[in-house]
Amino acid sequence: MTQPRPVGVPILRLGDVLVTGLLNELDDRAAIAFTEELTARISAEGARGVLIDISRLEIIDSFVARTLMELTTVSRLLGARVIVAGMRPPVAITLVELGIELVGVETALNPEQGLAALGWRQAQEPLGGSRRGAAR
Amino acid sequence: MALPGDSTVASRRPKPAPRAGDGEAGVPVTRQVTHQVRTEEDLLAVRHAVRAATVEVGFGIVDQTRVVTAASELARNAYVHGGGGSLTIEQVRGPAGRGLRLVVKDDGPGIADLDTALTDGFTTGAGLGHGLGGARRLMDEFTVHTGAGQGTVVVATRWTVR
Repeated sequence: MTQPRPVGVPILRLGDVLVTGLLNELDDRAAIAFTEELTARISAEGARGVLIDISRLEIIDSFVARTLMELTTVSRLLGARVIVAGMRPPVAITLVELGIELVGVETALNPEQGLAALGWRQAQEPLGGSRRGAAR
Repeated sequence: MALPGDSTVASRRPKPAPRAGDGEAGVPVTRQVTHQVRTEEDLLAVRHAVRAATVEVGFGIVDQTRVVTAASELARNAYVHGGGGSLTIEQVRGPAGRGLRLVVKDDGPGIADLDTALTDGFTTGAGLGHGLGGARRLMDEFTVHTGAGQGTVVVATRWTVR
């Protein structure tokens, strides 16, 4: 047996939110490994939110859809809210035609909006920027 | 060609081009490549090959996504339920334009109840039960030849011009 290839990007932590993403080459073993790693991190770090960037996924078939739905449910049971962000429009069209609505999976147009939904806001101006002190 | 017990279902959206799987004499195949579907790695390789073929044939991005997704569902079915098989990519030329035909074969146990297998939500494996019925909706022509103990052959075609 070969080692599962990495399918996720590294899991970053921003406060109580974990930020990660999926790569295109998702197979069974890799999907299981990703789910296990993410849920271990949720548990260990007390994460309340998870943002999964899927903008690299060129297709979502029923297998990947099932992985996303299970990941969302398992995370919810651990107390974390998952937002899947960045689905490509052709992928959305194809999913609907497949008959898969990703029931229970919260989505956002892009990672920025997903993070906002999880309570993060874009800074209005650079923190500690020179304008601050000078203008006021 | 149907044997006793052979179960065949064609697409509900038949197109004017000759039916897939019933002898392709009327549709010239301009290119044909067969890929084995025996491992997880094969599933990924098949997806890449089908994607490349959709680009070559001239599909737009949404149709590319439809065909690659259908190929992924069918290849996974052959791998999971059929114990492995093959996927042949055929570039075809119909009366109205070019197309891509997928022929997915396995020597597995076959599908005992095809109508049920085509029903959304029906699954005997690790999927969501949308594989076969979903793949049919993503393609213009869709024919399944199967039966208990006979293996399964799915022939699915999508045309660039409809």
